[in-house]
Amino acid sequence: MDKSVDIENRGGGTWFHYLANPGRFSRAVRPALPWLTAVAVLLTAGGLVWGYALAPADWQQGDAARIMDVHVPAAWVAMFGYAALAGCSFASLVWRHPLADIAAEEIGPAGAAFTGLCLVTGSLWGRPTWGTYWVWDARLTSVLILFFLYLGHVALVRGFESKAQGYRAGAILALAGAVNLPIIVYSVQWWNTLHQGNSISLTGSTIAPALLWPLLVSALGFYLSFLVLVLARIDAALMERKTLALLRAAAEGEA
Amino acid sequence: MIDPWPYINGAYGAAVVFFAAAAWLTLSRYRRAQARLKQAETL
Repeated sequence: MDKSVDIENRGGGTWFHYLANPGRFSRAVRPALPWLTAVAVLLTAGGLVWGYALAPADWQQGDAARIMDVHVPAAWVAMFGYAALAGCSFASLVWRHPLADIAAEEIGPAGAAFTGLCLVTGSLWGRPTWGTYWVWDARLTSVLILFFLYLGHVALVRGFESKAQGYRAGAILALAGAVNLPIIVYSVQWWNTLHQGNSISLTGSTIAPALLWPLLVSALGFYLSFLVLVLARIDAALMERKTLALLRAAAEGEA
Repeated sequence: MIDPWPYINGAYGAAVVFFAAAAWLTLSRYRRAQARLKQAETL
């Protein structure tokens, strides 16, 4: 039985279940991709130019604080990406959504790349402010573990001869690794770290508005860029699968 | 105090290279997938 038909008849009728159908997903995403890309480029470029050249220097850290507009958005997206990976893994294990495994497979490398950018820019910020590129404090170490979790997921998903087994192993790793997310967030409160405490929370911010706005614009751009990259990767993966199915059907027809 | 600008330039440079590489890799994969699908549909 076709899995996508099975999903449609499952009831509930939420957009989440609705878009789990690969055909519907492609039809919804394809026309939106160019527009989303344009907005993502504008916001990211705008945020970076604002942070690099137009925002004032921080009263305490001076110009070094400009690195915040690259480092912090990369860190937020790295954690958001892993939460999305865990969500897809949950959907894969519980509902067997046909798209959840593909989404998880495509989120992995993108999330790892953003985590890598976060680690590199964090090191470059650490040298002028702390005098060192790296310390084994709780925040830095837990983000490094996040990077390894992403790489582990990428390797596991592709490491099995049976795709289904790879997806299942990757999903279990992603869900188990989700425990690292609150550790990253609260590491600066639970342990005495060289890394500064959280400056932004859901209830407010301790950053001056002149420095906060470029950070928020840059962050929105990073989030949108991640979304565009992942959606494009998922759509490309769906096309690759369809091509493979068509080629197989043609080969079987000839045999 | 250390001059922070080489590090600031490094961080922003890394971000620009990162986004350029990600966009190029994704776009080339997307276009390749589109072209191959079109080709397979004509078989």
